[in-house]
Amino acid sequence: MTSETLPHAKPDAVMEQNETTRLAASTVVQQKDWRRPVARFLLYLILLIGGLGMVFPFVWMVASSLKNASDIYSLSLIPPDPTLANYREVLNETPFARWFFNSLVVALITTASVAFFDSLVGYVLAKFRFPGRTVIFLLMLSTLMVPTEMLVIPWFVMSINLGWTDSYWGIMFPGVISAFGIFLMRQFFMGVPNDLIDAARIDGFSEFRIFWKIALPLVKPALAALCIFTFLGNWNAYIWPLIVVRSEEMRTLPVGIAFFSSEAGSAFHLIMAAAAMATVPVIIVFVIFQRQIIKGIALTGVKG
Amino acid sequence: MRLTLERRRWIWAYLFLAVPLVFFLWIRIGPTLFAFWMSLHQWDPIALDRPFIGLDNFRAILDDEVFWKAFRNTWVYVLVGVPAGLLFSLLVALGLQRLMHFVGFYRVLYFIPYITSLVAVGWVWRWMYTPNGLFNDVLSRLGLPQSGFLGDPATAIYAIIATTVWQGLGFQIVIFLAGLESIPGDYLDAASVDGATSWQSFRDIVLPLLNPTIVFLVITGVISNLQVFTQIRSMSSAGTGGPLDSTISVVLYVYQAAFQSLPSEMGYAAAMMVVLFVVILLITVLQLKFLTRGAYD
Repeated sequence: MTSETLPHAKPDAVMEQNETTRLAASTVVQQKDWRRPVARFLLYLILLIGGLGMVFPFVWMVASSLKNASDIYSLSLIPPDPTLANYREVLNETPFARWFFNSLVVALITTASVAFFDSLVGYVLAKFRFPGRTVIFLLMLSTLMVPTEMLVIPWFVMSINLGWTDSYWGIMFPGVISAFGIFLMRQFFMGVPNDLIDAARIDGFSEFRIFWKIALPLVKPALAALCIFTFLGNWNAYIWPLIVVRSEEMRTLPVGIAFFSSEAGSAFHLIMAAAAMATVPVIIVFVIFQRQIIKGIALTGVKG
Repeated sequence: MRLTLERRRWIWAYLFLAVPLVFFLWIRIGPTLFAFWMSLHQWDPIALDRPFIGLDNFRAILDDEVFWKAFRNTWVYVLVGVPAGLLFSLLVALGLQRLMHFVGFYRVLYFIPYITSLVAVGWVWRWMYTPNGLFNDVLSRLGLPQSGFLGDPATAIYAIIATTVWQGLGFQIVIFLAGLESIPGDYLDAASVDGATSWQSFRDIVLPLLNPTIVFLVITGVISNLQVFTQIRSMSSAGTGGPLDSTISVVLYVYQAAFQSLPSEMGYAAAMMVVLFVVILLITVLQLKFLTRGAYD
């Protein structure tokens, strides 16, 4: 191989030197030529092993959920005698479908509310000039400093006094507007050109219509990201629903699973069936929309 | 004429902000002040008498051994969990960035744990950690001594941290990948032309330019670990922060004092939350001050 690039007799010394360096460079390249694919293959392999390790707990969860109570400690990846009995038992013994529905209602309504109010407030704070704007912005931003966990105690007292326990509103009210989302949307609305808004005003658009028809479509990626975060956060929320819900019927999925699992104790075949029913639908939805979801989450890290 | 137009716009602004303003005052700011007020009282929701006791709750915190245990544990969650998460996610992100094919597939693999409920996956890990469970089976097959994992006060907290790191890894990887993408390829090309090794260009180019990303991840990581609750309630024995309070966190202890003890000690719980709030505030301000400084050196 190298012989092809070997220099033939060269009268010029400078030329000679050039050739030698080129030769040296080409040897390096060639050396890399066989090392690179190997290194790249190893990289693919290592990352694949790591990635499979990341999803392995879910594989193990599904495998365990398909086993009989007597086989659960057999610790084989493939169930010796696969059965759906565990799923049936969880569905019969708990209002599992109701919990799923509750989580869906809470997450969807909260997401819709956050999407609407956060973008409206973000737009007003970015594009309107009016007395008190900075004060209002700082007031909203300052609430980000207070952790939700600190507020669960006063919220609980409030919910008792106002009769909000055991209701969808009781579960949802802390999250229907988010300061983080307002901040995020404001950042993106600042990039919308003022000329566009002024032109629409001259055309006689109402202020709300300008927001809804002109500005909002321009920040769709940010809005999508906010929706994803809000939905996930509310779907998986635990501490507040745990506190505000008293009846079995009003539990959200995480709360229901927590109660069911601690009552089931060491019946891991049942617990794994419940965990699988809670996680697998989310994983399927995620895999379908993975491109948009991951892009959205990366977006908040850049501007958030 | 011009003035009325401006005035009309003000009215629109206030109209749009009315509902959100009521929300923030009523649901966020009011309850924050109320929590401070509660912390100065002996507060049992059932009792009619809720006497003002000044700073007695805060004084009681000083003598509360479980609180300090929870406080120390919370710092273990932060100081072990955050660096471990950052290290692993940066390594994976650097690897993923070099891939040409199957990038989407690889990202999905690493990201899946982040979208799933911590309660559900907490129980999955608890099942793998049981004395006769998967991990001990693997250990014994490899001829290694078995571990108590969640049952052993010496290891339980690290077993929970491992789950936390695993769950958060996907989010941190995606944020790191976005940060890495924003580094201009020219910089790295120029460095390699100048003969920089990949370690040198990582240390002198990539790492400094990743500073804002790292600051973001450290701050969000520290805040979420200071409030750790769900995984401890799902994974620790009986969900109470055991064994022997070895995994109890401040938020879990606050939850127990407010909602599980009889009579309820909500005032005391509020006082502990105020302490944690002040700590979070101080840490965030300090981090912003020190971590962002490096970027302008």
